[in-house]
Amino acid sequence: MTLVVEAAVLGILTGGVYALMASGLTLIFGVMRIINVGHGALVVLGAYLSFALFRSLHMDPFLSLLVTMPVMFLLGVVLQLVFIRPLKTDREALSVLVTYALALGIEGVLGYVFTTNFVELRAWYETASFEVLGFHITWVYVFGFALCLLILGALFLMLYRTSFGGAIRATMLNRTAAQLIGVDVDRVAAIAFGIGVATAAAGGVVFGITNAFNPGSHYDLISRLLTIIVLGGLGSLRGAVVAALIMLVTEDITQVLISPVWANFVFFVILVAILIVRPQGLYGVRVRDRI
Amino acid sequence: MRKPVSMIAAGFALVLSACGTSSNNAGASPAPAAPITIGVSLSLSGDFSGDGKALQQGYDLWAQDINAKGGLLGHQVSMKYVDDASSTQQVVTNYQRLITADKVALVFGPFSSLLTIPASTVTDRYGYAFPEPAGGGPKVFAQGLHSIFFVQPAAVEDNLVSYTKFLLSLPSDQRPKTAAYATQDDPFTQPQIDKAKSLLEAGGITTASYKVYPAEATSWDALALQVVNSKADVAILGTQEPDAVAFVKVFQQQHYNPKSIIETTGPDQGKDFADKVGAKNTEGIMVPAGWTSSAKAYGNEKFTIEFVAKYGGAFGDISADAAEAYSVGQVVEQAAKKANSIDNKALITALHSGTYQTIQGPMSFDSVGKPQGGVGVYLEQWQGGQAIFVYPSSVASAKPEYPKPNWP
Repeated sequence: MTLVVEAAVLGILTGGVYALMASGLTLIFGVMRIINVGHGALVVLGAYLSFALFRSLHMDPFLSLLVTMPVMFLLGVVLQLVFIRPLKTDREALSVLVTYALALGIEGVLGYVFTTNFVELRAWYETASFEVLGFHITWVYVFGFALCLLILGALFLMLYRTSFGGAIRATMLNRTAAQLIGVDVDRVAAIAFGIGVATAAAGGVVFGITNAFNPGSHYDLISRLLTIIVLGGLGSLRGAVVAALIMLVTEDITQVLISPVWANFVFFVILVAILIVRPQGLYGVRVRDRI
Repeated sequence: MRKPVSMIAAGFALVLSACGTSSNNAGASPAPAAPITIGVSLSLSGDFSGDGKALQQGYDLWAQDINAKGGLLGHQVSMKYVDDASSTQQVVTNYQRLITADKVALVFGPFSSLLTIPASTVTDRYGYAFPEPAGGGPKVFAQGLHSIFFVQPAAVEDNLVSYTKFLLSLPSDQRPKTAAYATQDDPFTQPQIDKAKSLLEAGGITTASYKVYPAEATSWDALALQVVNSKADVAILGTQEPDAVAFVKVFQQQHYNPKSIIETTGPDQGKDFADKVGAKNTEGIMVPAGWTSSAKAYGNEKFTIEFVAKYGGAFGDISADAAEAYSVGQVVEQAAKKANSIDNKALITALHSGTYQTIQGPMSFDSVGKPQGGVGVYLEQWQGGQAIFVYPSSVASAKPEYPKPNWP
């Protein structure tokens, strides 16, 4: 029983990290209706930027976010302007191809600059822990979870307490109607893409401290992140958080109760069961096809 | 001055024979002294990319050496590498293309049993000899292929035998009572763990925990927690490098201090491993190893000096993967001399008889390519920031640290 509780706690803490990484992906889908297959590569890029600062300036990985998040925000805006905005027709399908090409490009550049060897971010808190009822909780997961709460809280505030957030939500609900009431949807899309990419940098830092990574790590990441946002409901920030927690807690408990081999399977059984009952995901909005 | 007709005829015959050896199959030798290409599929990206790069270094160094000596039976050698991204599908495509499109004269093996198994079915189909440095799992030999040759001192399943002998040789009051096992479901790691488990159970060491996890897993924390909760005296782990690092970190986080930790791969990666877990945290961690930079084996001193000159670093930083790849070249060089040919059929025949000297020690091969009569796999342990041989005593440069010191 102790082991199950420990696995659940671990699942919640690591689930927060995945929620952070998935939040940008779901935001981008919500605003632009594009599936950013390159989001995993952007997370890995964020981890590498922190790694470069750590290696050259010995900068603490969390502190490096003060540099990497603005850089990644600007990169996101540029990527949106250059690669996404020109897609005028069949955006959902074409965006998959374009962002996949983007992912391959990022992987190639990272492989050239950093080689394909696995690397890891180092910090004092990666192995330091404190004891609660006989279980040692690692500081890095606590810090990661706190960062997740901080950034997701800021995103919620921005979305629901600012006029720009109102513009984003209007664009998410109905792009054409938002344009009619004077929202500059192109500007909203560029900034939302930048915000999504900046959150990838934040997720990348925690991912990089808790996992060894290399330029090819994005393949596994994106498959997990896409699963999370599908379960949570495409475009729903709250859904991404809940789905990430369900995924990680389920996997960790299955690992210790049954077998690591069944961890993914059990989660996918839950995913399919939920999608049968709610095809739009936990918090998604049901969209009817036009007749 | 008129040339004798016989000389002209001989020259003409030579030209004709050169034109005739267009070499689109394994049975045809390239023209004498013509440069040849050796094809290899390497994991230059993906999970095995660290090992793939190390193999490339070993192959390149051997090619440099053989060319400096005048080539392989006079043929200058160039290496052609293609990236398989650590994928079992891509490795098949790569060897197919190397053989049929690039028409390479010889092929060398990729990294891991996982990739060697599908690759070997392709190379065997085309009649190529397949000397390989890193595919030694039982499934490799269970295929019954006559063309495969695993160039390491022992079959993979025996890698932890030295470790089990060491544990069982301890005085009864020090000998561990329980062991926890966790391994990838990989043909390289799991056979080692399973054999160690059966030997230790037979020796009276109880199994506290045994878990098999998918090779494609990327998160090992919950799994490591199970090992921690077993409170076993020793942790025996079938890992590649990323999970090897993850286990060490979780053990530290949870203040779990087993008397001994051994990992099948990871701690053998020299500085790379120390950088990831922290040099101080490596103390006492063990790994099975068939090669060390200080071994007095055939050509080893030359290899280590040349390696450091070419790639930099220190002797202790040289990956065992590079040494294994270099050994593949050594074996092929000797087999070619023995057969007086680089024809694949002749090489296969030659490799099935006799003993070959390598920087890992002498070795020969049985009918399915399993190494025979080698020196065996030793036990290496991190002590004072370096991985050194500690068992058996005949090769040890220090006594094993047991129990392992607590985490700093």
